[in-house]
Amino acid sequence: MSAESTALLKTPLHALHLELGAKMVPFAGYDMPVQYPAGVMAEHKHTRAAAGLFDVSHMGQVLLVGDDAAAALETLVPVDILDLGLFKQRYALFTNDQGTILDDLMVARRTDGLFVVVNAGCRDQDIAHMQQHLSGRCEVRPLPDQALLALQGPQAVTALSRLNPGVAQLVFMTGGFFELDGIPTFVTRSGYTGEDGYEISVAADRSVELARKLLDQPEVKPIGLGARDSLRLEAGLCLYGHDIDTTTTPVEASLIWAIQKVRRAGGARAGGYPGAAVIDRQFADGAARKRVGLVSSERMPVREGARLVNADGQDVGVVTSGTLGPTVGKPVALAYVQTPYAAIGTELFALVRDKRTPMTVSSTPFTPNGYFRG
Amino acid sequence: MTIKYTPDHEWVEIAGDGTATVGITVHAQDALGDVVFVDLPEVGKSYAAKEVAGVVESVKAAADVYAPVSGEIVEVNEALRDDPSLANTDPLKTGWFFKVKLSQPSELDALMDSTAYDDLVKNS
Repeated sequence: MSAESTALLKTPLHALHLELGAKMVPFAGYDMPVQYPAGVMAEHKHTRAAAGLFDVSHMGQVLLVGDDAAAALETLVPVDILDLGLFKQRYALFTNDQGTILDDLMVARRTDGLFVVVNAGCRDQDIAHMQQHLSGRCEVRPLPDQALLALQGPQAVTALSRLNPGVAQLVFMTGGFFELDGIPTFVTRSGYTGEDGYEISVAADRSVELARKLLDQPEVKPIGLGARDSLRLEAGLCLYGHDIDTTTTPVEASLIWAIQKVRRAGGARAGGYPGAAVIDRQFADGAARKRVGLVSSERMPVREGARLVNADGQDVGVVTSGTLGPTVGKPVALAYVQTPYAAIGTELFALVRDKRTPMTVSSTPFTPNGYFRG
Repeated sequence: MTIKYTPDHEWVEIAGDGTATVGITVHAQDALGDVVFVDLPEVGKSYAAKEVAGVVESVKAAADVYAPVSGEIVEVNEALRDDPSLANTDPLKTGWFFKVKLSQPSELDALMDSTAYDDLVKNS
């Protein structure tokens, strides 16, 4: 074993992944399952058709405790947190003074505080960021002893309801505390695959037991990071470090939907977060480039880093993630293009191995999402 | 017929008529995962040994396919173009990539036999 592999962290489900025959790869400092014996394509299709179980325990879980936590968090995110109702969940972004994105995150209001889930690769930086800026106003309590499971797909509700019928009552982006066959958990009806499904925070020492109960359900198969990536890409969702990072603003990233009106210029709680002036200016004037979806009619995948040119061969953008969408059956990609080329239907060319591949700017998601909105 | 292997995980089946069939090994397709696209060379084009003659794309990554020996492409596997998953399900038979007419048959001597290739995979 190399020094690098011995230094990798393991989630509480690591031994279970090996038992299930997973192919493990280093990811964000963890030794993670990229696929199981079924393979990425089959896992992707199974999740779209039935239910897939993902170990997302590498992600960071944090509780912000105290009456002032919501107002405090609003100083770091351009998102309406104060009005977030009990057991409601919302997508948010940490920004910096340049108005670019430090990380994306999920925030849910619980009875014991604001429950925050951040990306594995940004976790330590995010926790330090919150401790530095929020500690005077609320307690920033990392939850390293919690595992996180995602159960995704149209039959997730059927499978999870057997462990507690109450979870069927949840709608997209809401949550609650549930005992799943006797195991205490916090469940939200959310995920990052475009499908209906759940994310389940569970004590690390009960996580294997819960995972086995879920895998015992006939609808459920284990799914690795490979399919997670193709699922989220088909759903048109950004991956931090690829489609969004500290070089992209929320306006450029087409994430303005994540900034509620109350936080925009003219809103009751406008600004007050890092980079607000930059982002407000882009709201008013537009940005020079924009994140778009692209679809190709040819079968060749167009991947991250591929340059995009117009019919005259001029550089107009770059692909930030791309693959052959297993559900769509065509290459799909997310890319940044100069704003004049961002309209749906615009024909561009991706340069792959010096060949021009035609691509069309397309609306996202590439495959209809299955969120349960009640 | 003899089968030889390259360190780049291609197999080469040598026919008696001065041609060889080329594909990727079981190990290669396993490492790549689900193959979704293959870019095959043009029939009639010639390649020097170790020149890139094709590309295989899986859901995860793209990998070059090298000409194991110098020569002219005399046939490509159109069935593989239509169903790239043959590279996974039957890499040594119906999942072949192309046939090459050898211009330097002595290059075959530099390729590995199955024992040497198995050792390479085991130690990689």
